[in-house]
Amino acid sequence: MRPALPVGIVGYGGYVPRYRLPASEISRLWPSGGEDGPVSSKAVPGLDEDTVTMSIEAARNALDRAGIDPAQIGAVWVGSESHPYAVKPTSTIVAEAIGAVPHVLAADWQFACKAGTEALQAALGLVGSGMVRYGLAIGMDAAQGKPSDALEYTAAAGGAAILVGPAEEAVARCEGSVSYVTDTPDFWRRPGRTYPEHAGRFTGQPAYFAHSLAAARELLAELGWRPDELAHAVFHQPNVRFPTQAGQQLGLSRQQMALGLLSPEIGNAYAGSSLLGLVAALDGAAPEQRILQVSFGSGAGSDAFGWITTPLLPERQQLASTVRDYIARQRQIDYATYLRYRGQIVME
Amino acid sequence: MSSSSHWRTRRQRLALVGEQCPHCQAMLFPPRDICPSCHGPAKEPYHYGGVGSVYSFSEVYTAPDAYEHYAPYVVALVQLEEGPLLTAQLTDVEPEDVYVGMPVEMVTRRLRAEGPEGLISYGYKFRPVPERVAAH
Ligand SMILES: [Zn+2]
Repeated sequence: MRPALPVGIVGYGGYVPRYRLPASEISRLWPSGGEDGPVSSKAVPGLDEDTVTMSIEAARNALDRAGIDPAQIGAVWVGSESHPYAVKPTSTIVAEAIGAVPHVLAADWQFACKAGTEALQAALGLVGSGMVRYGLAIGMDAAQGKPSDALEYTAAAGGAAILVGPAEEAVARCEGSVSYVTDTPDFWRRPGRTYPEHAGRFTGQPAYFAHSLAAARELLAELGWRPDELAHAVFHQPNVRFPTQAGQQLGLSRQQMALGLLSPEIGNAYAGSSLLGLVAALDGAAPEQRILQVSFGSGAGSDAFGWITTPLLPERQQLASTVRDYIARQRQIDYATYLRYRGQIVME
Repeated sequence: MSSSSHWRTRRQRLALVGEQCPHCQAMLFPPRDICPSCHGPAKEPYHYGGVGSVYSFSEVYTAPDAYEHYAPYVVALVQLEEGPLLTAQLTDVEPEDVYVGMPVEMVTRRLRAEGPEGLISYGYKFRPVPERVAAH
């Protein structure tokens, strides 16, 4: 798929909260036989942070890089599994905070961990049809894992905002996008429940790998790109092993995966994961480089994107905090503080 | 905070929008509509940049209702670079690291929630200006 008009990323911004819970803190409380955790630490939001506040900061970073008047933004779309309200949009609060109201499309998107890239595909289409000049797509999550469950090691917080606009203003042009979805029951959460359920080993081969690799291969075939022509590749990162193996199965080197692989340090940012990886790749990329981005959302599906960076990228890289800036500004917390920050200590 | 005051204050809370007096150019925050300096009508919106420094601060141990779970926390008088002084909570900082003159920047965070069923109030807080790692 590609839009009728040439479009691309005119601004981008990530956000990772300041607190880190080391895997050793979780295994200290819930020993499972001495095995290492699937990531070394995960990013945890502070007491006053949620998907709304993190989306606002990522959006402000994207606007700082784009340098446009926020009143020109025609859509503000936020994909997440952790919208603070069940009914009342995250997107209107974000649009108000960045000055994009009132003539703006605003909506919240839902598709497990690919809600953010779904919003991005729609923004590419809306801008690419000429209906709006700029569209803001955000993937952001403050994920919760059930205590002692395997997901507790990885369920993290963070995400990114991508401002889509005309290709001539872009730091990366969109060359095309592909979606691959099936009804695959690997992970779900029913209304009113705090924690998701998952189908254990089923989350790997039939879910994550089948969808991610099919979308990636289809996109590369459509664009006529060979894997060795990619400067950077970014996958959804539920842990370290899955994206690493997906890259290997596509024939990608460790170097091609390096910039965008963040899960070892911050865990799984759910709907923010592949978008944050893309932003980290843009933070470090050079002009005229090809980037492959592949999301995965349970239930299940993958969106793949092919980007080519432009000569406008270097001058915008330092106009806002980078993902590495956010990862470096960390403060380790223990399990008790983690429970407090996640609102799990009952005060009354 | 009632729904009406929540709605009325949304631009100042979320986007740090105050006013600039068109008669004497005084910078106003929060918006007052009447200039305290020249008493003329002042309704020109002004979007503050959110950069400032700590003018004074205090550590709060006994917090008011709906803020208890943040305690201990720091409340500061922040002087914006455009001039106005405003009161705000500091965030993403340990109380022992705060000092008068500390450069801070505005972030939008959760202020309070009316229990598990009520509105969540978002608004400005300030944090230390983050360090930037070297360019790639
Ligand atoms: Zn005046």
